Amino acid sequence: MRSFARNLHPLAWWLWALGLLTAASRSTNVTVLALILSVAWLVVKRRRSDAPWARAFHLFLKLGLIVLFIRFLAQVLFGTPIGTPVLFTLPELALPQWAAGITVGGPVTGPSVLAAFSDGARLAVMLALIGAANTLANPKRLLASLPAALYEVGVAVVVALSFAPSLIVAVTRVREARRLRGRDDRGIRGVLTVAAPVLEDALERSLALAAAMDSRGYGRRATVNPRIHTITTGLFSVGLVGIALGLFGLLDSSTPSRLTVLAFSVGVTAAVGGLTLAGRRGIRTRYRPDRFAVPEQLTVAAGCIAASVTIWASITHAGVINPPIGVLAWPSVPWPVLLGVLLAAAPAFLTPLPVFTQQADDAVAVRR
Amino acid sequence: MIEFRDVTATYPDATKPTIKNVRLHIDEGELCLVVGRTGTGKTTLLRLINGLFPHFTGGVVSGQVSICGRDTAKFPPRELADLVGVVGQDPRAHFVTDTVEDELAYTMESLGIPADVMRRRVEETLDLLGLVELRRRPLDTLSGGQRQRVAIGAALTAHPRILVLDEPTSALDPPAAEEVLSALQRLVHDLAITVVISEHRLERVVHYADRVLYLPGDGSVRDGAPADILKDTPVAPPVVELGRIAGWDPLPLTVRDARRRASALRDALTACVATPAPAPDPDTAITVVVRDLRVAYGNRPVLNGVHLNFRAGEITALMGRNGAGKTTLLRSLVGLHQPVSGTVTVVGKDPRALNARALLQEIGLVPQDATDLLYAATIGLECAAADDDAGAAVGTCAALLAEIAPELHGEQAPRDLSEGQRLSVVLAIVMTAAPKVLLLDEPTRGLDYRAKESLASILRRFAQTGTTIIIATHDVELTAELASRMIVLADGDIVVDGDTAQVAVSSPAFAPQIAKIVAPLPWLTVGDVAESLGVLP
Repeated sequence: MRSFARNLHPLAWWLWALGLLTAASRSTNVTVLALILSVAWLVVKRRRSDAPWARAFHLFLKLGLIVLFIRFLAQVLFGTPIGTPVLFTLPELALPQWAAGITVGGPVTGPSVLAAFSDGARLAVMLALIGAANTLANPKRLLASLPAALYEVGVAVVVALSFAPSLIVAVTRVREARRLRGRDDRGIRGVLTVAAPVLEDALERSLALAAAMDSRGYGRRATVNPRIHTITTGLFSVGLVGIALGLFGLLDSSTPSRLTVLAFSVGVTAAVGGLTLAGRRGIRTRYRPDRFAVPEQLTVAAGCIAASVTIWASITHAGVINPPIGVLAWPSVPWPVLLGVLLAAAPAFLTPLPVFTQQADDAVAVRR
Repeated sequence: MIEFRDVTATYPDATKPTIKNVRLHIDEGELCLVVGRTGTGKTTLLRLINGLFPHFTGGVVSGQVSICGRDTAKFPPRELADLVGVVGQDPRAHFVTDTVEDELAYTMESLGIPADVMRRRVEETLDLLGLVELRRRPLDTLSGGQRQRVAIGAALTAHPRILVLDEPTSALDPPAAEEVLSALQRLVHDLAITVVISEHRLERVVHYADRVLYLPGDGSVRDGAPADILKDTPVAPPVVELGRIAGWDPLPLTVRDARRRASALRDALTACVATPAPAPDPDTAITVVVRDLRVAYGNRPVLNGVHLNFRAGEITALMGRNGAGKTTLLRSLVGLHQPVSGTVTVVGKDPRALNARALLQEIGLVPQDATDLLYAATIGLECAAADDDAGAAVGTCAALLAEIAPELHGEQAPRDLSEGQRLSVVLAIVMTAAPKVLLLDEPTRGLDYRAKESLASILRRFAQTGTTIIIATHDVELTAELASRMIVLADGDIVVDGDTAQVAVSSPAFAPQIAKIVAPLPWLTVGDVAESLGVLP
């Protein structure tokens, strides 16, 4: 399918990543996890742009490795040994009576290391998937596609996001200014003396921005009936509780699935109703909103398939998707899961290419 | 359209009102220029128009400001957004989105304009302001002039009846300023938008104005045709000052007007002998040596192999469009950039190898945002800190400041000063260590004509005591007034390096107004002409 380069709706990427994340969260099977990670890597590789946030994936991968390492270290140091063989034995720390039940050091066995590894890998893969969503979706467009009721919250987040880079600029400027006045501040003292002018600068910028936004009509509202306001609040409360219960059920395999589905659907319906009603207060319109066309739908579907197949398999093939601890064997993968997860790689081929922002003149400058 | 009825505006902590008993009526389709010295209330007047004063700044307004029948006391800025578009001095500080198209649509989105109308208006505005090629560009990749045009476009898409601009060209080089102002001129003529604009560099705008509002500083506003108001105001472009000397009435506002009347003046000048600029003394010591300097940001080259020498007591103007490398050159001289190759030597030393304190004794830089250098609560504390940093005798900085700006006193907070006064404080601080080289980056950005004159006389005095002075500037009038040497940078290369008198006359882009009027005669400034003719300016 040939189509013009355009950026996919950011929500589509997030839903796709959340689907894979759900799949990863249900499994400690390293083969499944490796499969999910490679799918995410492939899609990121083929569909990320050159925008600043498109470097997030590597950052999250590194973060995942750190988590994996910490999980591993914790198991070696504090874990209770399970099964055999014993790989090596650390000197055990004798703890006082009140700390009974906590062991530090002692024998380290193969199965316990393996369990720690697969558990850490699950966390690392989940982090990588969040990284993939961050890499593929433009955060500002995502906030811009929030429902009208959440628009103002979205703007606050956008302003906060642009605050960080401008803070770095301000720090450099103030440091240079101090050098020009004959001071080389280093260390804590340097940070402290720089902090006040930098924050002052940042505050002034945000005030200027706020004044500009107000002058451009930000925060205009339509008047609504107070009864609608009450109904909106009620719907939001129900929605929040419902979605929270649903999420809990989704991540915890011991909750009956019927309850999960029920809580989720009630919660989502109430929340959508609340947002629609609350949106009546805003008069805002959208300029060229992102479309939710076929490629977006395919992307979301791919994520959903991966999630549902893994959830189904974790119930029917519990011993394979979550291999019992103590068995030292390379875990196998049931073919529906293999197929389902591989399908999640479809967006790498079926979505249009992203738009690259790098200008031609920049490229010329680099060549010269 | 705009109606001020006995308006008095007072800031929260102020003892006296900034604007006092002002009555004004501005009609549709007028281009109204607000002039006055810094700190006389130009910005306040502009903010009153869309209600930012008092809704955002605090303060008290008595009387009534009504915009197309809406009282700004009852309507906050957001409720006036469909009538008044606002463009600030630094558009970067006011951009909400991150690409050109989104920024153009932002106000319309807030106003709830239907999607198809928005699309059409964005396309129209892209054409109107020549932004079509830039539509998808991220805002932070635009040049100064492009950015300012986007800001104007963003205000225009909502189809306001009034456009308010606060010093829209102060940060721009002459061609970029021209680009912005001609766009405005077209808007007034094509769409009959009312434009209220404040500006320090009158030579850029005064000929576009239908009407001038002059704020003398006591809170009142004088209102009239440009040629009438400028007869006796202390702020006036060189062409008007020449007209005053020559006794022309009505006053000329453009080079063309003046040139057509100047034949008698030119004849009179031909009879005089122009005072030749003193030839540079080949024996004065060379203080700064730049050898094959190459600097890059990442992969982007900014300076490609620059060779320069600067002598003691020499005043040099560094010119060229935004992004030509002027600031980078100055920053390299104080060692803020790691060069790719080449060397910088300041009085025999490498600035990057010096610690901050030693550097201060050799070379001082007044950066573009001079305020960055100020952080104490009062001027007195600031001066004491400067004495301490420079290892100078107590009171050195205060004494210097008293010379430069006698009206300031130690208890004032730097925050409350005008742009020009802050610049004076920074200049005093930098000069406390008596550096042998003084660099200034765009010092006249927010300065009115008087402040510029006093800056020029101070700098001349420093030069006479043997300080090397290098000024990066877009201001051709300042260059003509002050600098004996002029360097033009373009795209990281030195394009011109020579005597100001020769360089300025040889190209219209860098010629001051007087040079254009009396050409081919070699006079550059009103002061020179007045001296030659024996009249007091």
